[in-house]
Amino acid sequence: MTQQFFLLAKQELTLTLIIFILLFLKVGAKEWTNAAVLRLMNILLLLNFIAGFIFTREGMLFNEMFFTGKLVITEKNILNLGTLIVSLQAYDWLRLHKHVIEFYILLLSTLLGMFFMISSGNILMFYLGLELASIPLAAMANFDLTRRQSSEGAMKFIISSAFSSGLLLFGISMLYGTTGTLLFSELPQHLDGSPLQLFALVLLVAGFAFKISVVPFHLWTADVYEGSPVTVSAYLSVISKGAAVFVFVSVLYTVFKSLAAVWYTILFVLSTITMFTGNLFALRQSNIKRLLAFSSIAQAGFILVGISGSSRAGMASVVYFILVYIFSNLGAFGVVSVVSALTGKENTEDYKGFYKTNPFLAWVMAISLFSLAGVPPAAGFFGKFFLLIAGAEKGNYVLITIAALNMIISLYYYLTLVKMMFIDRNEHEPIASLRVHIYPKIALLACMAGIILFGLISNVYEYIYSVSFW
Amino acid sequence: MNLSLLLLLPLMTALAILCCKGLQQVRAIAFTGAVLQLILAFVLLVLFWRARAAGDGDPMLFKSGYVWFASFNINYHVGVDGISVSMILLTAFVVLAGILVSWHTDTMSKEFFFLLVFLSAGAYGFFISLDLFMLFFFLELAVIPKFLLIGIWGSGKKEYSAMKLALMLMAGSALVFTGLMGLYFNTTATARGAHSFDLLQIARMNIPLQAQLLFFPFVFGGFGIFSALFPFHTWVPDGHSAAPTAASMFLAGISMKLGGYGCLRVATYLMPEAARVYAPVIILLATIAIIYGAFATMMQQDLKYINAYSSVSHCGFVLLGIGMLTKTSITGAVMQMVSHGLMTALFFAAIGMLYSRTHTRMVDKLGGLLKIMPFISTVFVLAGLCSLGLPGLSGFVAEMTVFMGAWQNPDKWYRFSTILACASIVVTAVYILRAVGQTVMGPVTDAGYKNLTDARWNERLAAALLLFGIIAIGVAPFWLNKLVSPGAEIIIQQAAKTVTLK
Repeated sequence: MTQQFFLLAKQELTLTLIIFILLFLKVGAKEWTNAAVLRLMNILLLLNFIAGFIFTREGMLFNEMFFTGKLVITEKNILNLGTLIVSLQAYDWLRLHKHVIEFYILLLSTLLGMFFMISSGNILMFYLGLELASIPLAAMANFDLTRRQSSEGAMKFIISSAFSSGLLLFGISMLYGTTGTLLFSELPQHLDGSPLQLFALVLLVAGFAFKISVVPFHLWTADVYEGSPVTVSAYLSVISKGAAVFVFVSVLYTVFKSLAAVWYTILFVLSTITMFTGNLFALRQSNIKRLLAFSSIAQAGFILVGISGSSRAGMASVVYFILVYIFSNLGAFGVVSVVSALTGKENTEDYKGFYKTNPFLAWVMAISLFSLAGVPPAAGFFGKFFLLIAGAEKGNYVLITIAALNMIISLYYYLTLVKMMFIDRNEHEPIASLRVHIYPKIALLACMAGIILFGLISNVYEYIYSVSFW
Repeated sequence: MNLSLLLLLPLMTALAILCCKGLQQVRAIAFTGAVLQLILAFVLLVLFWRARAAGDGDPMLFKSGYVWFASFNINYHVGVDGISVSMILLTAFVVLAGILVSWHTDTMSKEFFFLLVFLSAGAYGFFISLDLFMLFFFLELAVIPKFLLIGIWGSGKKEYSAMKLALMLMAGSALVFTGLMGLYFNTTATARGAHSFDLLQIARMNIPLQAQLLFFPFVFGGFGIFSALFPFHTWVPDGHSAAPTAASMFLAGISMKLGGYGCLRVATYLMPEAARVYAPVIILLATIAIIYGAFATMMQQDLKYINAYSSVSHCGFVLLGIGMLTKTSITGAVMQMVSHGLMTALFFAAIGMLYSRTHTRMVDKLGGLLKIMPFISTVFVLAGLCSLGLPGLSGFVAEMTVFMGAWQNPDKWYRFSTILACASIVVTAVYILRAVGQTVMGPVTDAGYKNLTDARWNERLAAALLLFGIIAIGVAPFWLNKLVSPGAEIIIQQAAKTVTLK
């Protein structure tokens, strides 16, 4: 039993261990320099990522409260990888920050929450995980301690997150009221499609929609991304969103499988308005973080198209897309993060003539943007293509045409950014040639490798497909 | 022969370009790569002939395939027939010529040659694909390099044109995408439960008529945008005129052919019944493009705009040939693609050479260049003559074949549009003769032109290469005809087969 506990909850325990190490560092007598902490953390996170691949077991703990399986482990590995990349990219920003250790404690707490959320077999356990994942995030959003915008973003985030939790809890209570159980495994048998249960489903979907910033629950996204430090925006847009998507798919595909016809319609409407809103708003943004925020809203719309496929391919394509999205979005955010930390510039106009001074960063940015836009040979192309194949299986070609149309709109603003970097001249002061530190560089190169290889090499997708289910 | 070589060679060249420094090295590598490509294309041609002569009647030769994404039944599947071989040869010619004319590109030369070579990899990949996913992959692969080539090295309204081109081509591929999805989910499921993206497999299945009628416009329209189908031709003039010379050659010589090839191979071959139903629409649009393109060219003063609008008109012949659905007309369409590819590349090359010396492309500012630059002017005149369909050059052969094939279709409205299309040649003659006459004949308009030099060796070589192709096809069209017509035959049989089945 004990042995099994250690093996099954291995990934959570590793994280907890790292959090404890950080706490000891903080309270210990020895004063650690930022560089040392960062080096240690990056190594620990790397070990944590690698540890995810060994001793993988499937099973349940605590009376089905906690379960793990191949898919769950894969999802956690994806999140671990993303967190590692985020941490590497944060180097330039955190090096001069006063509270590095606290930042990492908060970061890993949210990750731990996400792990519990993904592994939960009980809807209350899921809720606990969600809260553990959300509340530290608000503190992280406030981590640019001197900027008021940062506090504003944190405030907006905590309020909207509390609101969405309220919706979720309301939905959960109705679900419990009508079915009398909280276990994911028992819920499906008790679902009969009564109006109250449908209402509960709508509330749950709304709660999730907040987390993955789906229109009309997206209003917090742009402001929070803009206000937060770049690292936190990146974390919010890929890791936090990715974890919510993982749980959303599993919940819809297992618990609410019998109501598929109902949530298909909901997803159809939500994905359509999300793609259009995200893309059309992104067209007019001048702050690069807001631009990426709206682009991430639009990407959420594409993810919903994949989820609406309700098939094994649907789940596989969504998980795969999140993996690809981590590389693409973190590639873009990584460049923004380096530029922002070293020069403080965050407007799209500042990127004019970027290629002349920083060819490496400009190429990384361009390739990431191409991947986000879904242009081959980047992995984003495969991700989008598979999402849309999965979505097309239902025979709803209207949705596919809308999605394809949106890819054109999104290409416009991605290409505008590419045009600014490569073609335009900067009359004011271009970003000077930046010396990229080795950690962010490794992270960016990892993103590039992921973007180029994970699409062309099919094994990654095929593995995810083999562990997916419907 | 292993067709993947056609893909690997340009990719290796591109990688090698990334690793070297300075214009000298970069262009040497690019040139070597392009020469090897041309040799490879000729080897392919010879092997193809031999296999055919040995009686290999398989529609596609040199097939090879690997499983790529098993769960979606996506395969890496390549193979060629006569149509693809002729397209591959065309690509090899244009790539080499394109690299030769951009010999002195000294701003960001590494990126420039990298993108050119990368673009050629996309084109080869497209022409050898037998899997729809792969085909689509390579179709989209080529969009971004074009955007960058025009945006960075272009002239005039380059940002606007680059963006317009990228978005319109993307819209084209979005339409193709929806069409492919429709095709995929209407194929009968294979043993593993997945549907099929395989061209040859889909051709053997019967896609339900209703699905064909629904998705044919998507696929044809999507590929049509690539090959300047009216009213989606508006990217052509802007894109071509803003692009640097080599990119114009690529765009007109290869990129627009991707569209024509796709219309033929995917839309018509896989959805033959719908092709019949929609033929009147295709022919109408093609006729409009031919006539409209020709008249629009009359009004242009900029040489690049003249060639771009005339490309709209000439690509109309390709679509007309496809729409007529006879063996001869489809053969003609493919010949027109090859001929137009060579001819327009030559034209753009000549314009580029003129422009790099005189710094103007306006017809009324140029004059008397024949005395100063005899070689370039001769090339320019020959390209013009080929464009207006002078016998002995490829344009005549190709257009003639299209018209003969079109006439075989007995419908009187089709014949009417054939007559209209034929008549457009007169208009072509007017604008070509006017442009050519004003530019190279007559008195020298600017005293400064007297000091200009004639073509350098690289430009001569490029022009000679393309001229060789044009004259070879013009003098011995039966070679190309023999290469292409079995492929066209299969497409027509496909159309006939499904009609008798229903």
